Amino acid sequence: MSYAATHDQHDDHHGAPKSFFQRWCMSTNHKDIGTLYLIFALTMFFIGGSFAMTIRAELFKPGLQLVQPYFFNELTTMHGLIMIFGAIMPAFVGLGNWMIPLMVGAPDMALPRMNNLSFWILPFAFILMLSTLFLPGGGPAGGWTMYPPLSLQSDSLAYVVFAIHLMGISSIMGAINIIATILNMRAPGMDLLKMPVFVWSWLITAFLLIAVMPVLAGAVTMLLTDKYFGTSFFNPGGGGDPVLYQHVFWFFGHPEVYIMILPAFGIVSEIVPTFARKPIFGYKAMVFALACIAFLSFIVWAHHMFAVGLPLGADLFFMYATMLIAVPTGVKVFNWVATMWGGSMTFETPMLFAIAFIILFTIGGFSGLMLALVPADFQYQDTYFVVAHFHYVLVTGALFAIIAAAYYWLPKWSGRMYNEFWGKVHFWNSVVWVNVLFFPQHFLGLAGMPRRIPDYNVAFANFNMISSIGGFLFGASQLIFLGVVIHCVFFSKKKATDRVWEGAKGLEWTVPSPAPHHTFSVPPVIHDEELAHGNVHA
Amino acid sequence: MAAASLALASFGGVVQADPHPWQLNMERGASTWSHVPYDLNNISLAVCVVIGVLVFGAMFIAMFRFRKSRGAVAEKWAHNTVLEVVWTTIPVVILITLAYLATGGLTSWADTTGSQMTVKVTGYQWKWRYDYVSYMGKPIEKVGFMSKLDQQSDDTRQLDSGMDPYAVKVGDEHTYLLNVDKPLVVPVDTKIRFAITGGDVIHSWWVPALGWKLDAIPGIINAAWTNIKEPGTYRGQCAELCGQDHGFMPIVVVAKSKADFAKWLAEQEAASKKASPPPAPFDAAAAASASNSVPAVPQG
Repeated sequence: MSYAATHDQHDDHHGAPKSFFQRWCMSTNHKDIGTLYLIFALTMFFIGGSFAMTIRAELFKPGLQLVQPYFFNELTTMHGLIMIFGAIMPAFVGLGNWMIPLMVGAPDMALPRMNNLSFWILPFAFILMLSTLFLPGGGPAGGWTMYPPLSLQSDSLAYVVFAIHLMGISSIMGAINIIATILNMRAPGMDLLKMPVFVWSWLITAFLLIAVMPVLAGAVTMLLTDKYFGTSFFNPGGGGDPVLYQHVFWFFGHPEVYIMILPAFGIVSEIVPTFARKPIFGYKAMVFALACIAFLSFIVWAHHMFAVGLPLGADLFFMYATMLIAVPTGVKVFNWVATMWGGSMTFETPMLFAIAFIILFTIGGFSGLMLALVPADFQYQDTYFVVAHFHYVLVTGALFAIIAAAYYWLPKWSGRMYNEFWGKVHFWNSVVWVNVLFFPQHFLGLAGMPRRIPDYNVAFANFNMISSIGGFLFGASQLIFLGVVIHCVFFSKKKATDRVWEGAKGLEWTVPSPAPHHTFSVPPVIHDEELAHGNVHA
Repeated sequence: MAAASLALASFGGVVQADPHPWQLNMERGASTWSHVPYDLNNISLAVCVVIGVLVFGAMFIAMFRFRKSRGAVAEKWAHNTVLEVVWTTIPVVILITLAYLATGGLTSWADTTGSQMTVKVTGYQWKWRYDYVSYMGKPIEKVGFMSKLDQQSDDTRQLDSGMDPYAVKVGDEHTYLLNVDKPLVVPVDTKIRFAITGGDVIHSWWVPALGWKLDAIPGIINAAWTNIKEPGTYRGQCAELCGQDHGFMPIVVVAKSKADFAKWLAEQEAASKKASPPPAPFDAAAAASASNSVPAVPQG
């Protein structure tokens, strides 16, 4: 039995500390910290979601019924910041924390104390940012992109900039930890090209994070000095340039978009082979496509700025570079379909979310391709078409992948099976209502409705009402998810097996369920045929 | 009189009012260039639909054929070089085609040479200013005005106003939040160059019927052009978040025949001359006539 060393740890003699404070606040354990990240992300998801519900309620019909326009702008700004930096990114870091050591046969993350610090910065950063909503002058209201000069009019700029600095420090530390773990802590025999695609996706994402988070920090620091220290980086009155901010911001912002989707690609690349009971199609192509997309993400930033009035040559360059991304992304989608082809599929909840991811993310990719065409973008830019596009890639893309991952690994984390019936209820509600929510927004954008407006002409009323109804029901559906998770962790009677899923392969399924507090204290002996991607010849 | 003629131009069936309820797609627009984004939109959408049908079709066939419950046994292969080369190459060919079409359209958009008229557009929180710079090679003196949300929309849009947005109408057209006190008046069949800038924060000047939007950025003057084919009233909105009333600074462009426009412009110039000598005592009558002679879009 090749994993004997691991299975000897059943008695869990270095168990978790008994005191609550010691266990959770002082933790250096990758599993506990992963859990903290996931709980934090779920909390932020519901806070950011409540902002979204208020936005959709105000947009339910024409006329202002609930909130003042300025507060509406605070809501859209906060919704973006919270969902991006508070929900999606920490959720991926949590999944990485939990699963990367288990997947590469490492006993823990390489830098466990820094791991604790990088998590515990986050609650303070978000309390600081959310507190601005209750301060005189209100929260940030210039959009999550914080374009000057508008963002310089905000009274809460200093709070938000400091919060972003903290989040950036947290992300950079998390990224360093993940790179150090993957490059140094793999069990003997776990070659780079035998690693799970999820681990590959995180390795590449971590490099993106280290590359661009300092850029964001620089951009917001320049905002800070422009507002409080009399500099004129972005102030034309002092010789500055408001467009400079947009270049710097999107040099961060576009790789950021891929930071939020590459780990999702990794997750789906693990789930689809498991439930198709067939190895992933074109493993090397999948890894290469990830690297390609990561590289291209650095040279497409100005496609967010086509309406800024760039020179013709710049418009053309960024259009071509953006269109190129469709090639590696297409390869990934085709490879997932080819993985399913000839498989022996079952459709448990993780697989359902993964399949919905492939289809709906691809729809988001289609609108992305349309947006890349500069003349068409002149019409789409800053309309609900863009809102629909990025919610397809971030909600039915990143979020669906996170939910799929939660269902997929929850039995390994908790040692219990979630309720499959309620999981499926959650899935079908989510997938129906999310489309009712976001698909009509394409039509609104094409008909000419700008984004970030609290009120609109009556011609936009029908689709806004449909979208709001979809939004409320999608939001309510996520309470089912909360229920399923709570039931699974605390009440489920059904014990999970070690392997959990019939077709599951890889080191994480060789440890007991629930995964004991310490795993792989002795490196496992690796047998290629038991890895998900152990026999890669292509 | 002005109002009546404008109403005729607006509702004479010349152009369909945009946006309209249940509108599903972009409109072709009203300028010589506005078909470019419209065509690209339709072509790229069609390409995406075809690819989507093929890919999702293959997925659904796989999901029905290769189910464990139907006794499907998993195959072992995980690689097919020919297939991978094919599905890398075909997208490249499609993309090159789309890029070719987009490049042509973009190049024609970027060419502002040979314009016959220049209008300066300035975005402010939360209104637009239009200054007429030149027409047919001749400078225009002192024709310029602010353009902001019409009073009826402004009253209706207040929180808990109790007023019905559906009641804000010009003729049969619902103009809630899409009407202004003084529209930009331009001639048809004229290549008009817009010099667009911002006075405080960044705004974006967008009339969908013209086919483009362009940011109004303080410290930068952006240039774009249009050539409107049909007389009519074209409505748009600020498209860059610019503060609390971002949603309440619409744009209305009224395109007139060249003869009507020349007449309108002459009236404006005369009025500004009459009103302009700064040291003169305030002339209430002249000021009133000046403001009256700017053809306001009729209010309800």
